[in-house]
Amino acid sequence: MGRKNEIMKKSVGIDYGSFESGGIVFDYEKMMAEAGYSLDEIIAIQNEVTVGSTPLIELKNITNLARQVSSTGQAARIFVKDEACNPSGSFKARRAATAVYHAKKLGYKGVIAATSGNYGAAVASQAAKHGLKCIVVQECYDSNKIGQPEILEKQRACEAMGAEVIQLSVGPELFYLFLKLLEETGYFNASLYTPFGIAGVETLGMEIATQFKEKFNRLPDVVLSTHAGGGNITGTARGLIKAGAKDVKVYGASVDLSGLHMASDTAFNKKSFTTGHTGFGIPFASFPDRSDVPRNAARPLRYMDRYLLVKQGEVFYITEALAVLEGLERGPAGNTSITAAFALAQTMKNDETIIVQETEYTGAGKHQMAQLSFAKANGIKVEFGNPEEEIAGKNIILPKDPSMIKLRDFDLNKIRKSYIKNCLNNYGIKGSDLTNEDIKFLAEETKTDEGLVREAINSL
Amino acid sequence: MKTKKGTWVQIRAVVLMPDERAPQVPLDTKQTPLTMWVKGHLCHDAKIGEECKITTVTGRIVSGILEEVEPYYTHNFGGYVPELDAIRKQVREF
Repeated sequence: MGRKNEIMKKSVGIDYGSFESGGIVFDYEKMMAEAGYSLDEIIAIQNEVTVGSTPLIELKNITNLARQVSSTGQAARIFVKDEACNPSGSFKARRAATAVYHAKKLGYKGVIAATSGNYGAAVASQAAKHGLKCIVVQECYDSNKIGQPEILEKQRACEAMGAEVIQLSVGPELFYLFLKLLEETGYFNASLYTPFGIAGVETLGMEIATQFKEKFNRLPDVVLSTHAGGGNITGTARGLIKAGAKDVKVYGASVDLSGLHMASDTAFNKKSFTTGHTGFGIPFASFPDRSDVPRNAARPLRYMDRYLLVKQGEVFYITEALAVLEGLERGPAGNTSITAAFALAQTMKNDETIIVQETEYTGAGKHQMAQLSFAKANGIKVEFGNPEEEIAGKNIILPKDPSMIKLRDFDLNKIRKSYIKNCLNNYGIKGSDLTNEDIKFLAEETKTDEGLVREAINSL
Repeated sequence: MKTKKGTWVQIRAVVLMPDERAPQVPLDTKQTPLTMWVKGHLCHDAKIGEECKITTVTGRIVSGILEEVEPYYTHNFGGYVPELDAIRKQVREF
């Protein structure tokens, strides 16, 4: 582990030191510009491998349902960007397309990704296309070798596209094995969090702005993104800004799994969502540089205007509704933000619009039926009632009727404050020793102003 | 019975023993070893439960305990979930 930085530099080909100031401040935009690709380059890279350009679909029947249960009788129009149409079945193909292209360009023989999510299949798919070898490292089983069905399916998908999958029991030491593999193979670290990976998602934001404008001659009011590691929201928001849609509100949504310890062997199979949940969403927002690269290019607090939480039971309900009302059978984890949109729409007017910026493929394991069966087998009570009473790991409460799907705001200032606190701790700096430049940087990092940063520091 | 060299198998290996686990790991996890499963072709004849070597699809040679011969996928769509039927009916009635 002592050689971490050296291994990292070799395996991503970026000298992160050149963007550092030696303290809290680093030049994020310089890193994105120099280490990443321009939007036009990325469009060309993704076109070449038929990634992106997914359809934007209006969910008229879901919108109607929202209007019927809304207390005002009004609800915003809900649209979804059908990212399941990408080659590997999710928006992650955008990130993998740029990462694998870059690896090939630099002459690496193979790529490695540490992920239990859709990114594994995305990297496997792109590696297959470019003729590179691919290793995916997954946290998959509990200590009794019981695998989460969603992750087992992702393993199958990776192997189907020629990747070697290394499956691990629960624990953050996955990173230790990941580093050993990078050193052993000399492969490229196709991290989710490099500038090229994040820049790969910018096309998603750009397409939303362009497609919507072409159809309606204006921009949408809100773009809702499922939030986990932060790359989805960061890339989408940056793409929107680059397309001139800087006033569009960008909201994040996660499944509320509070109370479940993410590194616990016994809690591992008690959750029905393996991504898009608060177990990633909150720690990655409050400390992005915890990732597998020295500086994470995914910095969600820079872009997020609101953070909404939904319950597991609510997402399963909406996933089922999406299938029978819209004829779109999609994976539950990807429907996290559709669920939030359903509740959010009811606080808006009929002529306002929300774009949900992703869907994901569904299949064995990655399906509400598989997940609810698995939950029951693991002693989780599945019942109808008020989702507000759902306790992750104990029960899944399906809303008794759709009016019970509610909007829950997570206080962003709480995460911003904890981000600032983490910065001070990590760099061993006292709040009183921060320079004006540090304060300015922290304000940019948290999408607030210097006054708020100073106030937060004083309250720590 | 020995499994023949060249057969597609899954092996298991311990990466970290319980006493080698990271300090931040919760207690329940700390009592278990960090275990790894990998698939590949057997480099030599071996019995289930025996130490063996495999060649993975990327060409790496990995050692471990032979656990499964010709492993296949068993994850599925789960059993019948009556609650989903009820949701289907409800949203259509609106």
